[in-house]
Amino acid sequence: MLATIASFINAAIIQGIPLLFGSVGEIITEKSGNLNLGIPGIMYMGGISGIIGGYLYEHYTEEPKAFLCVLISFLASLLGSALMSLIYSFLTVTLRANQNVTGLALTTFGVGVGNFFGGSLLSFFGESGSISLINTGLAYKTKLPFAGSLGLFGSTFLSFGFLAYLAVIIAIVVSFVLNKTRTGLNLRAVGENPATADAAGINVTKYKYVSTIVGGMIAGLGGLYFVMDYTAGAWTNDGFGDRGWLAIAIVIFALWRPKSAILSSFLFGGLYIICVYIPGLSSAAKELIKMLPYVVTIIVLVIASVRNKKENQPPQSLGLTYFREER
Amino acid sequence: MSKEKKVREPMFHIAKRSAIEPWKAWIIRLISIAAALIVCALIIVVLTKENPVQVYASMFKGSFGSPRKIWILLQNIAILLCISLAVTPAFKMKFWNLGAEGQVLIGGLASMTCMFYLGDKMPNFILLLLMFAVSILSGVIWGLIPAYFKSKWNTNESLFTLMMNYIAMQLVSFFIMLWVPNGSNVMGLVNSTTQSGWIPDLFGKKYLFNILLVAVLTAVMYVYLKYSKHGYEISVVGESENTARYVGINVKKVIIRTMALSGAICGLAGFLLVSGTNHTISKNLVNGNGFTAIMVSWLAKFNPVVMIVTSFLIVFLQRGAGEIATTFRLNESVADILTGVIIFFIIGCEFFINYQIKRTSKHKEEK
Repeated sequence: MLATIASFINAAIIQGIPLLFGSVGEIITEKSGNLNLGIPGIMYMGGISGIIGGYLYEHYTEEPKAFLCVLISFLASLLGSALMSLIYSFLTVTLRANQNVTGLALTTFGVGVGNFFGGSLLSFFGESGSISLINTGLAYKTKLPFAGSLGLFGSTFLSFGFLAYLAVIIAIVVSFVLNKTRTGLNLRAVGENPATADAAGINVTKYKYVSTIVGGMIAGLGGLYFVMDYTAGAWTNDGFGDRGWLAIAIVIFALWRPKSAILSSFLFGGLYIICVYIPGLSSAAKELIKMLPYVVTIIVLVIASVRNKKENQPPQSLGLTYFREER
Repeated sequence: MSKEKKVREPMFHIAKRSAIEPWKAWIIRLISIAAALIVCALIIVVLTKENPVQVYASMFKGSFGSPRKIWILLQNIAILLCISLAVTPAFKMKFWNLGAEGQVLIGGLASMTCMFYLGDKMPNFILLLLMFAVSILSGVIWGLIPAYFKSKWNTNESLFTLMMNYIAMQLVSFFIMLWVPNGSNVMGLVNSTTQSGWIPDLFGKKYLFNILLVAVLTAVMYVYLKYSKHGYEISVVGESENTARYVGINVKKVIIRTMALSGAICGLAGFLLVSGTNHTISKNLVNGNGFTAIMVSWLAKFNPVVMIVTSFLIVFLQRGAGEIATTFRLNESVADILTGVIIFFIIGCEFFINYQIKRTSKHKEEK
């Protein structure tokens, strides 16, 4: 029984890590007033860019070194998701396009790029079969050396690759920056009321660009974690599924707080797979259980809006474009 | 030297245009589409190393190559247009309904339930009427849930409707598991021998009913939005809720009524998909069209007649890219990439329609 619970917690955390990256990235973005619905696409992009980087390195080197495998795919992933967020920021901030439409188009584009290169990368190099980066995957899955010697505790909480710890660290750092620094204060001001922020001398455009791009890069790491650690360097088309949308749901569930996003992500990760751990469920009932994360999100959304407490609300200018001369 | 004197004025500044002649706006749009097609051609050339003219020719073949392909093209346009018409009134009201996917799916599920349990138990005509009614009703319910919370507590509708999509998808998976006992999770054609609950072919043409119905719907929606009192109220609420309240429009009522309409047409699209097209159901019945419809509607500036053009453009791309994929042995997702690029360009060009970039005139009077 204890072992089952431990393995459930472990699996919930593993499922929660991509969601955590995605939701923390989206929180930073939304704090600047940009509702980036392109996050699912960006996460696909982060995953496939990492795969492409890792593949090119493994393809052109005789003996790939683990450290370089990780470094190259990591940087490639950051670059891919930064480019995607740059497209989004350019269209919505500079060209003042509608955020919802731009975000949805970005998701279509990103999922398309992911599945396209995932499906055809090998054929460009005259190979067949499906992508499987064994070296890179192994490097990402390297565990802490002492995890094995700590028994159940070690195997439940310490048996992850480095990206998992990075996700938690990023969430804590982001929380600190948002709430305790001048930069964070300015960023929140931009998201709440850009006109006031502008009048106070804050460069609204710069804050929106930087936060959207940094947020996108963090979210992209979620895709990277999924393809490198979870599936160990293999790509399956649409394998990442709807996790990107779930990450956006967690932003609401965590009420725009990065620290709450940590536990929320693990909770949602648990809800995502709990059907496997409940004994005696028919396969039809499992499908109903899989509905839980979405139902819970709706309930939180409704409760937050009914209670209408100031600190639980989305940033006030979320989803609106800002034009200085339009006041 | 004080620091302030060094501040340079930027070379250009952006100003809002007061108005632009429609023909100028269309020229800007056409230029942006042309630019998008050039970028797409570049992408294709890099990927296939083929002559882009040949690639576009093959895209044309994919859409218009044979009578069958033209029918499929028209059918796909009809479905996408139908969903686009559904989301339009809500959008015009600035109600961000991202849940068309789920509303269509739930309509399809309702149709399928009738088909599955009541097939062959009543005359086909009555069954079809029942399916029609039930799918519209379930679409309405799926749309009204978020609308109710929006009007009552101002709950964020885009996230709410988004979540409703996945609930609908899981419901469909649940019923498929229930109906297909062998565990393959794939529902085959339902009632394939008796064709009970199938929309019959009109004049021997499959899909003709769908196409005609959507054509009529387009005209009705155009009139409804442009000439009816309801349509006027929708535009006022969309422009400014405060103005609407001031002139005595019941904003809550308009939100509820418009979302009911939106859900109803989505449900209808689900009926057309299940009964008139696929005769089966899966989680991916709508296949992202609920999201694509948002872009179709937005690109057409909420004008139902222009939506015929924009939905044609998107479907043409998808079909064409599918053809490229098979001819040049690429992955089909190339369609999504091209769609994305084209939408980026069209979204971006709106900026040049609404704003103009002016050269900053030099101020010399200050010292």
